[in-house]
Amino acid sequence: MLKVVFTKPNKWSVSFDRFMDELQSIGMNSLPIVALMSGFIGGVISLQTASNMSSPLLPDYTVGYITQSSTILEFSPTIISLILAGKVGSNIASEIGTMRVTEQIDALEIMGVNSLNFLVLPKILAAVFFFPILVIFSMALSMTGGWLALVVSNLSTTETYVLGIRAFFDPFNITYALTKTVVFGFLIVSVSAFYGYYVKGGSLDVGKASTQAVVSSSVTILIANFLLTQMILL
Amino acid sequence: MIQVVDINKTFGDHQVLFDINAQFDKGKVNLIIGQSGQGKSVLAKCMVGLHEADSGQILYDGRDFTVMNRHERSLIRQEIGMLFQGAALFDSMTVEENVGFPLKMFSKMTKAERQKRVDFCLERVNLTGRNKLFPSECSGGMQKRIGIARAISMNPKYLFCDEPNSGLDPKTSILIDNLIKDITIEYNITTVVITHDMNSVIEIGDNIIFIHQGKKWWQGNSETIITTDNPEIGSFVYASEFMKEIRSSMQEKRK
Repeated sequence: MLKVVFTKPNKWSVSFDRFMDELQSIGMNSLPIVALMSGFIGGVISLQTASNMSSPLLPDYTVGYITQSSTILEFSPTIISLILAGKVGSNIASEIGTMRVTEQIDALEIMGVNSLNFLVLPKILAAVFFFPILVIFSMALSMTGGWLALVVSNLSTTETYVLGIRAFFDPFNITYALTKTVVFGFLIVSVSAFYGYYVKGGSLDVGKASTQAVVSSSVTILIANFLLTQMILL
Repeated sequence: MIQVVDINKTFGDHQVLFDINAQFDKGKVNLIIGQSGQGKSVLAKCMVGLHEADSGQILYDGRDFTVMNRHERSLIRQEIGMLFQGAALFDSMTVEENVGFPLKMFSKMTKAERQKRVDFCLERVNLTGRNKLFPSECSGGMQKRIGIARAISMNPKYLFCDEPNSGLDPKTSILIDNLIKDITIEYNITTVVITHDMNSVIEIGDNIIFIHQGKKWWQGNSETIITTDNPEIGSFVYASEFMKEIRSSMQEKRK
């Protein structure tokens, strides 16, 4: 399947237009859910960390440091990707699956259009391009959420939290997180498109394909996360 | 002209088509008819490459479609227009975007030229002024006509219509049949229609191929199909009481 996806498009200008549409559909439309999740989870991470810090040996800025590292290393790239697997993955599988069962994909093929390339490539490129932007946005919002939760709850000060955020910061962690995100974006779109493209039957089967796409891309993300961590961090 | 030579097709252990040989002539409406499940849609899908035939040849004016690679097939397919049973219009596009899509993909027309061609095709199917509607806002008959407009937008040499009358009222069915007939004659194209609508068979069938049990059972035209004494054809053509009455009155006239 991927061999056919990554062939030369029938017409570059049409594929570019589709890429821009997919940036809107896959990327921009995911901003609200990413913002909501990141803000609240960041707040909860900092509150839980603060509530579990009973040892006087730990400096106060530890809360900020833990919020920063857990957000950058795991929450933003992995958890947000799992959420996107649900939102974007099911959308892709049902969109392409519906096109399959209503013969729209056959119509494309009859016209001489490479349907896999036409439908899937712009989605993959949009995800690979925009998911890292979403994850950077998520990191920023998560740490802001953590700060807001601590300050509002009077558990820390802005200065201490910012000190923690900056403590032991390793820029390579950002590279690691974004590398994971690019791989996850590719996996979500390709796995979901596979289930949608090869669906057989009717609307009931499109629903099943959509569910299978979310489950499979989530499992694939978890396995890839483990392997990438082994390869990059260790 | 399209020729199919010794086409066989099997799904798993079940053979659907057995050594089909047929010729579909240019400038004629060629019908593939038969009862449901006899293999007529499979034959049509083999002809356009949506199914791969196990053996045999499909010749588009002498060019063997079965041995072509993806790129070569893509070029042949730009000469094919197809109307699907459910019209298969793109949901996310307006009527004019649907009709103009093949032009946008494969022609070097400017936007203005494309618009002119789209308007012409829509006018040809009596849908002038419906450019901005979405398929979901159109009736079944309108969707079929948009499908025809899209199929003819690239000036195809070959037109395939898969059950063009299914789900339509008798009046709209006649309209679609006449449109297919007119377009075939006007553009001198090879039209292949898969149908089991007896009205279409009588009205537009220049060349009729009857598929039964996966085999080409009979070939003729709209006149010979009425008079043939082939029992399988008889049970297909005269399945309805209406057609039986027509046969009785014809027989009485002969006496």
